[in-house]
Amino acid sequence: MRDGTIVVAGASLAALRGAEALRARGFSGRLVLVGDEPHRPYDRPPLSKHVLTGEIAPEATTLPGVGALRAEWRLGAPVTGLDRAGRALLVGGGERLPFDRLLIATGARARPWPVPDEAALAGVHTVRSRDDAAALAAGLAARPERVLILGAGFIGCEVASSIRALGLPVTVADPAPSPLAGPLGPVIGGFVAGRMEAAGIDLRVGTEVAHLEGAAGRVRGARLTDGGTIAADLVVVALGAVRNTEWLAGSGLDADEGGLSCDGACRALDEAGRPDDAIFAAGDVARCPHPLFGGRPVALEHWGNAVAQAAHAARAMIDGPEAAGRYAEVPAFWSSQFGLTIKSLGLTEGADAVAVVQGHPRTGRFLAVYGREGHTVAAVSVDAGRWLPAYEAPIREGAPFPPIVGGADQPSVRPVPSGLPALQPA
Amino acid sequence: MTDASDGTLFAQVRDPRNRADPYPLYARLRARPVARQDDGTVVASGHAEIRALLHDPRVSSEDLPPAEHPRTGNPVKDWIVNPLKDRIADRHRPFIFRDPPDHGLLRRQVMAQFTVARVRGMKRRTDALVAECLERCAEAASFDLVDDLAYPLPVTVICELLGVPREDEPRFHAWATQLATALEPESRKDEALRARNTETFDAIAGYMRDLIREKRKAPADDMLSGLATARDPEAGRMSDPDLIATAILLLIAGHETTVNLIANGMLTLLRHPDELARLRADPERAPRVIEELLRYEPPVHYRTRVARAPIPIAGTVIPEGAPLVLLFAAGNRDPARFPDPDRFDPDRADNQHFGFGGALHYCVGAPLARIEAEAALTALAARLRAPRLAEDPPPYRDGSSLRGPKRLRLVVDGIA
Repeated sequence: MRDGTIVVAGASLAALRGAEALRARGFSGRLVLVGDEPHRPYDRPPLSKHVLTGEIAPEATTLPGVGALRAEWRLGAPVTGLDRAGRALLVGGGERLPFDRLLIATGARARPWPVPDEAALAGVHTVRSRDDAAALAAGLAARPERVLILGAGFIGCEVASSIRALGLPVTVADPAPSPLAGPLGPVIGGFVAGRMEAAGIDLRVGTEVAHLEGAAGRVRGARLTDGGTIAADLVVVALGAVRNTEWLAGSGLDADEGGLSCDGACRALDEAGRPDDAIFAAGDVARCPHPLFGGRPVALEHWGNAVAQAAHAARAMIDGPEAAGRYAEVPAFWSSQFGLTIKSLGLTEGADAVAVVQGHPRTGRFLAVYGREGHTVAAVSVDAGRWLPAYEAPIREGAPFPPIVGGADQPSVRPVPSGLPALQPA
Repeated sequence: MTDASDGTLFAQVRDPRNRADPYPLYARLRARPVARQDDGTVVASGHAEIRALLHDPRVSSEDLPPAEHPRTGNPVKDWIVNPLKDRIADRHRPFIFRDPPDHGLLRRQVMAQFTVARVRGMKRRTDALVAECLERCAEAASFDLVDDLAYPLPVTVICELLGVPREDEPRFHAWATQLATALEPESRKDEALRARNTETFDAIAGYMRDLIREKRKAPADDMLSGLATARDPEAGRMSDPDLIATAILLLIAGHETTVNLIANGMLTLLRHPDELARLRADPERAPRVIEELLRYEPPVHYRTRVARAPIPIAGTVIPEGAPLVLLFAAGNRDPARFPDPDRFDPDRADNQHFGFGGALHYCVGAPLARIEAEAALTALAARLRAPRLAEDPPPYRDGSSLRGPKRLRLVVDGIA
């Protein structure tokens, strides 16, 4: 398809890169991007880092465009529904946007604190959008006496690092036994815990918050499930993300808070599992089967996935699903925190074993490989990113675990249990 | 015997008669992107295979034969307690021949000296040096680009950067030329050559030791002073043997590589006059031209490694202990990676070449090389009137790894 109308629901990274890929593949028709925020597409990784430390202004995160997009923008306009039979997207304010093809890239939003009254207290923040980051930065500028961060995943840890760098007292609470326990497990999590504590973070693992407490509409602290309390006048809720799919209710597509189901060509699936040839999805919202995951569907919240999957969807939209083939990009992401650069390739989900195969945590530079049922599934480097590309082929091929033994700077390789939860049966 | 099954292809690459155009041999090698040669050497020539091996921790850079004195077993002019010398020399190889973790510690200390201010300062200086070189050629109707510009420019730059007195240059010109042969596979087997290298190393090491002593006494704003006085938070102060080995490496690398980039670069532009004209009209094109030169005619055609463990790759297994050649210049022309690879095309997109190697050992001097090549080639394009080659192909230097013209005579109608 080269002309007609393509509508993109969403106006963030996947939407922009998808739109650019459509143009690059020769789409010359009408292109409309619809975003609920008033901003042009911006980059999110700095929001938990340099925007909080004040090194980058929130508005300086606008993404540079590639080439002339020749698109119509509907910004500040939330999508409200989908008329599948009538091939039209419904937009807040009542506009009805007919399409020949639709790319759904509505992404995800921060999972709020589950008690609405407590979540509404002044001083309780989440970090997802540019406006969130600006509000948090403003709250930090008032020099709170203590910041409490709920959740020690990647966002919680990055935010803790940035806020600690401002010299503010920071407590991080998470029910898991270590930070990053969910994505990486306790081996690397334990190493990061050491760095966090060395940086002066009051790290409370195995700690569950029951309630946020407030006075006069402002947060004052948290009450723990074990009865203890933590005083804090600023709280950051970093409990993961919820996919933006509510607007698809009643459309007949298979969508829930875990994402919108797609096939390998990024075509949206209906509730019976049949692909819709006119509707595609990419980025955080898309739940696509992945060959590295035994063909199970997985929704990836990675910057690189948004870019690669959007390009894949664009190809399928223009040249057809057969030409695009199955999406099989090796997932990759990075995180900067506490002076460390952590990079990951592959999928750690369901890994049953982990082994440090290069370097050593003692030296602060190392690379760990994850295995599942004897196959290599992921590799994570800590301040050793230049070693990582060697592991892409073993991951892609599911090479015997541990792979690549007998190299320079390798300790005696001893796999240990990963500490990660087992996969749900497919 | 045909093509990839010919186990002498890499020997033919090393044959000086094929120096002017090794690319047809590279194409034949690529038919089997990881190919065992008759002498047991394994040659990787495909882009994907070279990239994988560059990052593979089983691929070691510690492939020099053990140091031993070629004649008596005893060192001659020595600077360390004698009986220990060989073992010390073995342990304190320059970081181009070292693996992690030592490699990373040494490299980091060198990178810390490549400050933004220093590199910026060198950019200004380089433009002035190019102008000086061209002044000296101004009256001549023809000149040798190698002797008159491509060689003296990088040598002056590295001397000034390191803080090595320019007047000592004639002495280490000869040393550098000799020691650079250590990168050529022939040097590993040729006893006489190794003997000369050992003697040369003694001479240059003695020189550097004295110079470093001076720097410690009176530190100046140069890299040697910085390396001699800095203290790394993890590694502490660099040991004298490491410092000497590092200084020698930087000096040689500054002598033997950028000269090829500039000479190969001008040769290529003169063979593609349209591109020379476009560069003259638009000096902003220089970075694209230089990246494409690094792909199309790289200064370093290959580097050697050794397999520390069996490595399964490309349908074969590289045996443990096998000498390994990463043939960068062949990967740079791999049609599986670069469309129309034998075309010189500065507008090429996604030009991920191996012109500076890659991974852990990616060229430390890359920013400097780019600056020097840009200064030289834009000035040559702008100022030479009707330049043409006096001979094509030009005579080449001996090296098949560090490959470049020995001489590049240009005839001009004048210099603007």
